[in-house]
Amino acid sequence: MREITYRQALNEALAEELERDPNVFLMGEEVAEYQGAYKVSHGLLERFGPRRIIDTPISENGFAGLGVGAAMVGLRPIIEFMTFSFSLVAFDQVVNNAPNMYTMSGGQFNIPIVFRGPNGPAHQLGATHSHATENFYASVPGLKVCAPATPRDAKGLLKTAVRDNNPVLVLEAELLYSSKGMVEPPDEELLIPLGKAEVKREGSDVSVICYSQTVPLALRVAAQLEDEDISAEVVDLRSIKPLDEKAIFDSVAKTHRVVVVEQDHPFCGVGAEVCYRIQKNIFDQLDAPIMRVSQEDVPMPYNERLEHAVLPNAQKLLTAVKQVCYA
Amino acid sequence: MTAMQPVEQRDEVEMLSLMLLIRRFEERASQQYQAQKVGGFCHLYIGQEAVVTGAVAAVRDDDYIITAYRDHAHALARGTSANACMAELFGKATGCSRGLGGSMHFFDKQRHMYGGHAIVAAHVPLAVGLAFAIKYRDEDRVTLCFFGDGAINQGAFHEALNLAALYKLPIVFICENNLFAMGTSVKRSTSVKQIVDRAEGYDIPGEIVDGMNFREVRDEVAEIVDSIRKEPHPAFLEVRTYRYRGHSMSDPASYRTKQELEKYRLDDPITRLRAQLTREGKLTNEQFDQLDKQAKETVMAAVKFAEESPQPPLDKLYDYTYANGAMEPGRPRPAELASERREGAPSPNAD
Repeated sequence: MREITYRQALNEALAEELERDPNVFLMGEEVAEYQGAYKVSHGLLERFGPRRIIDTPISENGFAGLGVGAAMVGLRPIIEFMTFSFSLVAFDQVVNNAPNMYTMSGGQFNIPIVFRGPNGPAHQLGATHSHATENFYASVPGLKVCAPATPRDAKGLLKTAVRDNNPVLVLEAELLYSSKGMVEPPDEELLIPLGKAEVKREGSDVSVICYSQTVPLALRVAAQLEDEDISAEVVDLRSIKPLDEKAIFDSVAKTHRVVVVEQDHPFCGVGAEVCYRIQKNIFDQLDAPIMRVSQEDVPMPYNERLEHAVLPNAQKLLTAVKQVCYA
Repeated sequence: MTAMQPVEQRDEVEMLSLMLLIRRFEERASQQYQAQKVGGFCHLYIGQEAVVTGAVAAVRDDDYIITAYRDHAHALARGTSANACMAELFGKATGCSRGLGGSMHFFDKQRHMYGGHAIVAAHVPLAVGLAFAIKYRDEDRVTLCFFGDGAINQGAFHEALNLAALYKLPIVFICENNLFAMGTSVKRSTSVKQIVDRAEGYDIPGEIVDGMNFREVRDEVAEIVDSIRKEPHPAFLEVRTYRYRGHSMSDPASYRTKQELEKYRLDDPITRLRAQLTREGKLTNEQFDQLDKQAKETVMAAVKFAEESPQPPLDKLYDYTYANGAMEPGRPRPAELASERREGAPSPNAD
């Protein structure tokens, strides 16, 4: 194992998959000559050439659709959205074409495509550039959605996504790109299955269910809670869809108390689905109502203090944990 | 404009019989729709037969074709059986999309027919993706992308044309201009005088073609495809045609005059090719009647086939959402689905 950044981990995943399969190509705005808006594709143009690392004009609908069409005849496109906020311009391709094709054609055309890029609020980007899209996309049958929080998960999930025969969204996070973590050496194949959560920290009093940017937040808060004699278990979903029910239920059966901390909005958010499944399947295991911490239900303000107030933060999470623990 | 040298041509009598099959299929589809054997929306191709027939006659079987929702003819032209097409309209398991696509979503992978797409212009980027794959693999195939005059005002169309021109992809954009986007005439929807002018904005060569003339369509497409195979590039054809029926089955087409319709009917593409062939001594009246009789019989047999075909199995409902099988734990088991169905309303396609 060695320590690398989330950005480097994604870069390695791309390079390894491009190397492995000649049908894989990377397409998006600024992915080639500019080396990636967030430098995730740094060096790939030089290594794989312009046939496989392809700059596009600012035409998300156009190039997302191009990817879906190419996937219909067996190529395996990786389509980068500069941010998932911009994927909304391509919503029709991601929601109507990619996931429906397999059904509509009676199973003749599966779409092995990856849509990837940063998702969720970053820092003071305002309402149009701060969308957390996981709940929109996870609600669409035919799509798979993952949201890795660590360099290791980012690499392993992206590689798995490229090999999946269905459309997979890999939701990265701008604020995680420079974060570091231990990852297997490049000569060791790292594949992390979709639909498998991971307990990032063991605990016995409360399950904090999180993903993407809320994982480091949950870990920070869990460390703080130790001082107050509350032992928090941090369950990183890693994949939103498929959802690892078993990992969630196992943790809840151990702690009997749950807080879901999510980066999307509360109405029809990921946490709503998690709560529903817990109460439906293991209602008797609960010792307290489940709490959710999410963004506030408002468009993201630019002002830093207001932005902080909208985002899930440590104070909100601490309060929620104490509430479910009756502490 | 027509090509100087006719390409290696498919038998014209055969292509005339294909046009007859399309027409008789659509007439029968209309009747079955009115008898409520066909659900959803249903858009007929009657009047436009020479467009897809001419285009398909000019390309190889392994070239890619993709179209919008007025797609029955495109599948038939590619050789998808009338049985599979009619069964799809009936929502049956034997349909060309296993009864899961319906009228607007015909697919036939084996025959390189890539749909059947019902969001206006959303398939134009897909077509560019097909053409991208051809170039990526250094093949000499060509993609034919059909769409209506309504598609040319969607953003997806413009993005797709720009990408195709930028990457020099082997694709022919074929605008089937039947003068109306649903009920809105081209004059009321489009800022340019001629649709083909849109191509110029992307530095894509374009031509106007008489879509009621099979030979003109075929020769024009053949000439373009020939040049694309030598050096990949996009091209644009505005094919002027007319649909005799409304936009869909529910549209009486009151936005146009009887006189206009009659004018086009007099220029009928089937009548025209028949007259050309008869004049040249390649077809007798008896032969024509025989072809038409065959087409009618094929379509009647297709209706019977569709009637008698099984419904798609309920216990396979989750099998076509994800390739390599369903993935969600907790999805309903087939038995649960079956019992819900028995208690609930009957399927809309139930006999």
